[in-house]
Amino acid sequence: MLKYILKRLLHLIPVVIIISICIFCIVKMAPGDPVGANVDPRATAEQKAAERERLGLTKPLHIQYLKWLERSIKGDFGESYLYKQPVSEVIPQFIWNSFLLNVVVYIIAFLIAIPVGIMTAVKQYSKTDNFWAIFSIIGISMPSFFFGLLLIYAFSVKLNWFPMNGMITPGKNAMGFAKFVDVIKHMVLPAIVLTVGSLAGLVRYTRTSMLEVINEDYIRTARSKGLSEKVVIYKHAFRNALIPIITLLGFSIPGLFSGAVILEKVFVWPGIGNVLMDAINARDYNMVMALNIFFALLTLLGNLLADIGYALVDPRVKVE
Amino acid sequence: MNNNLEPKVGSETENSSLENKVDNIESPWNMVYKRFRKNKIGMFGFIMLLIIILLVALAPILTPYGPNDMDYSNTNKPPSAAHILGTDELGRDYLTRVLYGGRVSMKVGVFAVVISVVLGAIVGGIAGYYGGWVDNILMRISEIVMSFPFLPLAITISSVVGTSVPPEGKMYIVMAIIGLLSWPGLARLIRGQILSLREQEFVLAAKAMGIKDRKIIARHLLPNTLGYIIVSATLEMASAIMSEAALSYLGLGVTPPVPTWGNLIQSTKDLYTLKNRAWLWIPPGICIILAVMSINLFGDGLRDAIDPKSKVL
Repeated sequence: MLKYILKRLLHLIPVVIIISICIFCIVKMAPGDPVGANVDPRATAEQKAAERERLGLTKPLHIQYLKWLERSIKGDFGESYLYKQPVSEVIPQFIWNSFLLNVVVYIIAFLIAIPVGIMTAVKQYSKTDNFWAIFSIIGISMPSFFFGLLLIYAFSVKLNWFPMNGMITPGKNAMGFAKFVDVIKHMVLPAIVLTVGSLAGLVRYTRTSMLEVINEDYIRTARSKGLSEKVVIYKHAFRNALIPIITLLGFSIPGLFSGAVILEKVFVWPGIGNVLMDAINARDYNMVMALNIFFALLTLLGNLLADIGYALVDPRVKVE
Repeated sequence: MNNNLEPKVGSETENSSLENKVDNIESPWNMVYKRFRKNKIGMFGFIMLLIIILLVALAPILTPYGPNDMDYSNTNKPPSAAHILGTDELGRDYLTRVLYGGRVSMKVGVFAVVISVVLGAIVGGIAGYYGGWVDNILMRISEIVMSFPFLPLAITISSVVGTSVPPEGKMYIVMAIIGLLSWPGLARLIRGQILSLREQEFVLAAKAMGIKDRKIIARHLLPNTLGYIIVSATLEMASAIMSEAALSYLGLGVTPPVPTWGNLIQSTKDLYTLKNRAWLWIPPGICIILAVMSINLFGDGLRDAIDPKSKVL
């Protein structure tokens, strides 16, 4: 197993390098002069040239890339033009906001999806099953930003139950429990949007894996032994259906650290996705590059965990 | 018995029964069509999609206004008989904007899918047919493209490339971005199909006849994967429309004055519009949901009809 994991990790290295080259090249194609944005507008041409020299912008592209890579590996992603701080210090400030929202959604979504998935599988083609089928298709077809706007319109504008956006009420400076309640209130609407979005897929996934198990021979054996339906479903079927679900639980973990870009924008949630949007609008390219690499690494890590999970569950996977 | 006595008659009946059999054999596509017609939900999606396409295609006939006709004496008017969905901040008829926006959104969806299908078919076809190191390299590349985080990268590319492009040209940039980032799934699907197809006798026969590799892939192998291509292209179109809407909503896709369903919802950036002028952002949102939903239903129905085995339990 260890050998398999090591092999997968080695495979990742060229992938990461190529991704970083792609992202570097894309950002380098950006119009506008990074010097022009940073330097005092009254600077003379010579001063600008000196600044350009200092930033290494006069060197050929591959040298620039290698320098950037060298610094990035050491954890230095340069200075954020927008936040006037090193990128590596800005990102941790916002990651936890995204993480908080994602963790809440993750827990609620799984708590709902697992029982619903089982129920719809056991009572296939029943009314409940049909309801969730319709729910899924609407959930998949609804753009998250539009759903978010509808919720804001209904629950913030019309009913005034929840705040429109942000994470804390500005100027309130609440501490302790009051702050906790404040954050929860701000979190309700974005959490609903994200939960509905992920439920559609999760319910389907649980249902399918449960159905696969229910059609197995050993379930028929259990039934023909005269076991009660309850024991068959919960003791024999569910335990086996749980394996792929736990795998899914595991490899969603890296995703918890990434931000839902659009949703955070709609709700002005101060997470990492919102930082990306602000950085793009401000042409803060050090930040944009670092965040793209960060998101790509999270995706790769998720895939890696998924592969390892499958290999753990099904040893035949390893052969390839 | 009969046969022995009157062999002539017997052979005749045999002939006619053979002819009947020939008549009764259905082409695979005919069977797909019959299976699909039985699927009520799939048909519902198909008809709804057809209606949407007709509405946006006939936009110039359906409304007396142009998408950019401004009327400064008539701005931000709520829905009325003359303007069914009211007017926007420049006095443009909003129904017209929504219909024309649908044209752009659908166009982006279709062409993004065309790009990704062409790329996916080429890459998947070559990788599956040649195998070996070619396959290895191409699949590696597709893995890399797959692990790009779609939206962050799409936003980044769009902000880098899109700034120097006029609004009319932005549409093509968005198509290209979505198409170029979404081909790997299809490429892998086609590759898998071709890997098993290439071992069959008809490929050997084609090779023996000295047909060029390129032609074997394009004429003999890819058409056999057409069902899968059509199904995944349909479902991909739904996600392409969603991606376009998201990009345009963020201001990084198609930009005004060219309307799309996504950028029409941008009007909610103005808090007053969000609160008081619901007619300026709810209709395009509903259009996105209806369009994407009908395409998804149609695609699911098609999949069940083309490949009954794959039916989700």
